[in-house]
Amino acid sequence: MKLHEYQSKQIFARYGIPIPKGKVTAAASEAKEIAKELGGRVVIKAQVLVGGRGKAGGIKVAKDPDEAELFATQILSMEIKGLPVRKVLVDEAASIEQEIYLGITNDRAAKRPVIMASAAGGVEIEEVAKTDPDKIIKLHINPLLGIKDYQTRDIAAGIDLPREYWKQFGDILKALWQVYNDNDATLAEINPLVISKDKRLVALDGKMLIDDNALFRHSDLANVRDTDEDAPSEIEARKYGLTFIKLDGNIGCMVNGAGLAMASMDILKFFGGDPANFLDIGGGAGADKVAAAMRIILSDPNVKAILFNIFGGITRCDEVARGILTAIAEVQPKVPMVVRLVGTNAKEGRAMLANANMITAETLADAAQKAVAAAKGAQA
Amino acid sequence: MSILVYKSTRLLVQGITGSEGLFHTRQMVAYGTNVVSGVTPGKGGEWVDQKIPVFDSVKIAVEATGANTSIIFVPARFAADSIFEAADAGIPFIICITEGIPVSDMMRVRTYIDQLGVRLLGPNCPGLLTPGEAKVGIIPGDIAIPGNIGIVSRSGTLTYEVLYALKQVGMGSSTTVGIGGDPVNGTNHIDVLQMFEDDPHTDKVVMIGEIGGSDEEKAAEFIATKMTKPVVGFIAGQTAPAGKRMGHAGAIIEGGSGSAADKIRALEKAGVKMARHPEEIPGLLN
Repeated sequence: MKLHEYQSKQIFARYGIPIPKGKVTAAASEAKEIAKELGGRVVIKAQVLVGGRGKAGGIKVAKDPDEAELFATQILSMEIKGLPVRKVLVDEAASIEQEIYLGITNDRAAKRPVIMASAAGGVEIEEVAKTDPDKIIKLHINPLLGIKDYQTRDIAAGIDLPREYWKQFGDILKALWQVYNDNDATLAEINPLVISKDKRLVALDGKMLIDDNALFRHSDLANVRDTDEDAPSEIEARKYGLTFIKLDGNIGCMVNGAGLAMASMDILKFFGGDPANFLDIGGGAGADKVAAAMRIILSDPNVKAILFNIFGGITRCDEVARGILTAIAEVQPKVPMVVRLVGTNAKEGRAMLANANMITAETLADAAQKAVAAAKGAQA
Repeated sequence: MSILVYKSTRLLVQGITGSEGLFHTRQMVAYGTNVVSGVTPGKGGEWVDQKIPVFDSVKIAVEATGANTSIIFVPARFAADSIFEAADAGIPFIICITEGIPVSDMMRVRTYIDQLGVRLLGPNCPGLLTPGEAKVGIIPGDIAIPGNIGIVSRSGTLTYEVLYALKQVGMGSSTTVGIGGDPVNGTNHIDVLQMFEDDPHTDKVVMIGEIGGSDEEKAAEFIATKMTKPVVGFIAGQTAPAGKRMGHAGAIIEGGSGSAADKIRALEKAGVKMARHPEEIPGLLN
C-alpha cells in the first residue's frame, strides 16, 4: 500500500524528522489561507500516488497567496497519469543548497533491509542509479540489531557530507529507520533531503510503501488507503481476498495459485490468444469466492471466453464447481466457458458441471487451445 | 532415494488442531509420513485421532517424541513466532506453509536462523514430497510416482501440474521441493540444485521459476558452473505485465532484472532446456 507524500511526511515529523511547514487541503481557497499563514513563497504539490508529478505540472511555486489559490485551482483540476488530483500540499518554499537521496528498503536478494544514500539526490536519482551506480552507496542493516551510530557516520562520510551536518544527518537516518521498522514499510524514502541555505537538513519530499501483509497490525494506516489508482474490479477483488489484475485481452482466466495463473496466461498467448486478466483465487477457495471471481471477470465487456483451470490441492474442485454454478445462475453469462478440473474431488466437480453447457478439457494445452478457439468465435 | 525428507523423518506439526493443520496432518498420515507429534499452545495433553499427541510447546514435543522436522500451519500473524520457537527447540529443518507473513518478520527470522544453521523451507510454499516415502506439506500425494527426477519450484499448483504431466507418461520424482514465492524465504533454488546434484538417486532435474527477484539468474550461473546433471526449466509469467512500480528504491535495488525473458535467456545460456509451457517438460526430459 502506498502512502501520499503528506501522509509520509506527517509520519516523518512524528519521529522527529524536520519537514517544511505546510498543510494539505482539497480546496483552492484554503490553499490561499495556508499560504497567508506560512507567509512568503509556497510550493503547491499535487498529492497523487504516481511519480513524475513535477514534470506533469503538478508542482508549482507561488510567490503570494493569490497565486497559491490560482495554482491550487489549476492543480486540483488536473489528472496525472490518469489519476485525479484530489488534494494539494501547501509547503513553505525552501532555499536549497544541496539535494541528498536517502532511502531504506527491503533487499530481497540479501534478505535484509538496505539503506541507500547519494549526494546526487532529486528527480534524476533513477538515472544516476543506471548511469553512475557508484554515486549511490548501500549499507545492509541487521534487522535484529537495527541501525548503529557508526553506520550513520559511514553513510554520511560515504556521500561526502560535510562534518558539520553529521549529527543532524545521523538523527534523521535513525528516525527514518524507526519509521521503516515501526510501520512495516517496504520503502521509506526522503528524496530530496535538502541542505537549506540556513544550514539545516529538511525532508522536502517523502514516500512510503507499507507491506500489505502487515496491515493487520497497522489499522490506522489501513484506514487511509487511497484506491484511486486501482481499477474498480481490483478493489472488488480485494474485498473477497482474490488477487486480480486487469489486462487488455479477451479471454477471462480463473486459476488457483499465482504461478499456475501466470503459466495459464502464458499458454493462452502461446496458442495465439490474449488473456483479459490475471486472477488467483488462492488456496482453499469456497463457492462464494469463486462466484465473486466470476462476476468480476464478466464485468469486463472485452471478455469473449473464460478459461477455468483448477488444480485441486487445498482447493476442492467440487467447491469450485458449486461457485461456478452459483455465478452462472446469477449472471447468466453469454460467453463460452472452457473448464479443466484436476486433483482433489475433480470427478465430483466435473459431474456437477456436466449439464452446465461448458466446454471441458483434459490437459492444459487442450484447455488453452479450446479457449482461444472459443474467443475467436469458432466452436471448439 | 531422496533429499530432505525420508521414511526416517519424525515430523512435528505446529498448528495441528487448526482446520488446515488437521486436514493436512490426516493427509500426511494417510500417505505414510511418520507424524510423531503436534503443537497447539493451550491444547497440550490432547490427542489427534487417538494417535498423535499434542503438546503446548515445541520444546516439550521434541523432548517427548524426538521430532527432527517441523511443519508450520499457523496463521500469518503468529507464524514468525512459531519458526523462532522451532529453531530454539533445536529442530534442524523447518517447513512453513503459511501464506502472507509480513516481510519484516521474515527478514528477522532469516537473519536469526542463519546464525543457528537451521534450514527453513518456505514460507508460502507447498512443502515437499518424496513419493513412496514421505509427504511433508500439501502436495496431493496421488499425482506423483517415485522416480529419478528431482523437482524444485517457486510455485505450488504449477508444480502439481508438472508432477501430473510426468505421471501421465510414467515418469516419477525422487523428491519434489516447493521453495515458495515470497521475497524473503529460506531455502532457495541453488540450495536444492546442489542437493539434487549430490543425490545418487536423482538423475535429472526440473526447475520451475517465476518472474521477480534474481534467484533464477543465480541458479543459471550455478547450473553452468557446478552441475553435471541435465536440467529442464520453465519460467511462469512471460505474459505478465510489468509490476506496479515500487518507487525509486525498488527500481534501484532490483535493477533491470526479474523479467521472464531475462531469466529464460540466462537459463538457456547455462544449457538448461526451457519448456514453453508446463506440458512440454516430460518431452524435454527424454
